[in-house]
Amino acid sequence: MTARLTRWTGLAALVTTALTVWLGLWVTPPAKVQGTLVRLLYIHPPVAWVALYCAFGLAALSSVLYLWRRTRSLFWDRLGAAAVEVGVVFTALTLVTGSLWGRPTWGVWWTWTARLTSTALLLVLFLGYMALRRVPASPEVRARRCAVAAIVAFVDVPIVSFSVDWWQTLHQRGTVLNPGLTLKVHGSMAWTMGLGFLAMTLVFVWMVLVRYRLEVLADRVGDEELEVSLSERWAETGGVPSPPAAVQAPELWGGRR
Amino acid sequence: MWRDAVLVAGKDLRIELRSRVALWQVVPFAVLVLVLFGFALGPGRAALRTAAPGLYWLAVLFSTILVTQRSFAIESGEGTRDGLRLAGIDPAGVFLGKAAAVAAQLVAVQVVLGAGIVILFDVRFDAVWLALVASVLATLGLAAAGVLYGALSSGLRVRETLLPLLVLPIVAPVLIAGSRAWSAAITGAVASGASWLKILGPFAAVYVAMGVVLYGPLQETA
Repeated sequence: MTARLTRWTGLAALVTTALTVWLGLWVTPPAKVQGTLVRLLYIHPPVAWVALYCAFGLAALSSVLYLWRRTRSLFWDRLGAAAVEVGVVFTALTLVTGSLWGRPTWGVWWTWTARLTSTALLLVLFLGYMALRRVPASPEVRARRCAVAAIVAFVDVPIVSFSVDWWQTLHQRGTVLNPGLTLKVHGSMAWTMGLGFLAMTLVFVWMVLVRYRLEVLADRVGDEELEVSLSERWAETGGVPSPPAAVQAPELWGGRR
Repeated sequence: MWRDAVLVAGKDLRIELRSRVALWQVVPFAVLVLVLFGFALGPGRAALRTAAPGLYWLAVLFSTILVTQRSFAIESGEGTRDGLRLAGIDPAGVFLGKAAAVAAQLVAVQVVLGAGIVILFDVRFDAVWLALVASVLATLGLAAAGVLYGALSSGLRVRETLLPLLVLPIVAPVLIAGSRAWSAAITGAVASGASWLKILGPFAAVYVAMGVVLYGPLQETA
């Protein structure tokens, strides 16, 4: 069932992305002011939408559901981790595509506008989440730590964006380059942009599904490796199992020692 | 909860009074950071004076990392954290107590740092009350966020490298709002400076509240 869902989502993502590329690069006309640069806008806003709303929203939601006792299950933990990883990739892509667009339009790769700065901070925040996730611990301990980290990071996002917004408007007035995003989108361009949103959302769903399955498999491999090495040890000691306490002790407080 | 908080804060501060790690390591470190910033920016008074609020708050942020790490280093020895749990102390109380102890140490660091920028960078304050209020709010926020993440990474082998990566982006709003409020306090632009308190206040409130709620789940056994 899940495998089938993954396959169909992947297929749909592939088709819509290909269509977006085709429409964006060949069918739609260049814009009046921005010329051919406008084509980046078929990708950049959809990527940012996935990164900022779908991915991190899903991560925060599943973290809350994990911490809430009634709905606690490793399902939410894995889903959150998958969403964060995909979100980090999409946030990085948002910054890269934005930079590529900004260089010819504004003349610089980077400006300290509120949006850019808070997106960059968001990227660092969730890189921290991934670093935390790589720390060895029992699945439950890791899930709890990561859920707390994701919620804290998610709550920080509006504060960061407020403060950066004030910082920039109060102190960099005049250097702000008007991105001119108010251009009227119409006809084939609107269609293409809408399709871009659909395509990127499908890509996101597909990547989360694949990443989730990978997480399950990785956990299973970890368990099996532990059992294999345990039985090897037992074989070495001539069938006498070493005291289980010695094996479990490091796990007792979340694998720290 | 409050009684437990007072107990835990008292315990942490007593350990600090006896070991004097914050006094003899963190405070000199913070002053050293100021001096190094001075070297980096050159001896021109004007440049130093403009940069002083930002440098001050950066030094406070770095000190927060050190104080938080110390605060959890004293818990890791000989299963102290488990002892606290076995004693039936409310997790929210542990959080509030540790945050209060960290905040108290940060205040001490800031007193020295404040004197440092007045002496080294020749800074004069026009609105002292604004700087003080900003400091108090910022300290609460820093202590709460620091303790929350300190608990998250305590006992991990990689905590020294992990904690700064986790905490520094989270407290970026404090750096922004704190240094802007302080430059306003120095130049006397009270109205624009006071508006930054609207970020520092909610930041502190949000992180104290989150710590009270989330510290419990963090302490549960597997």
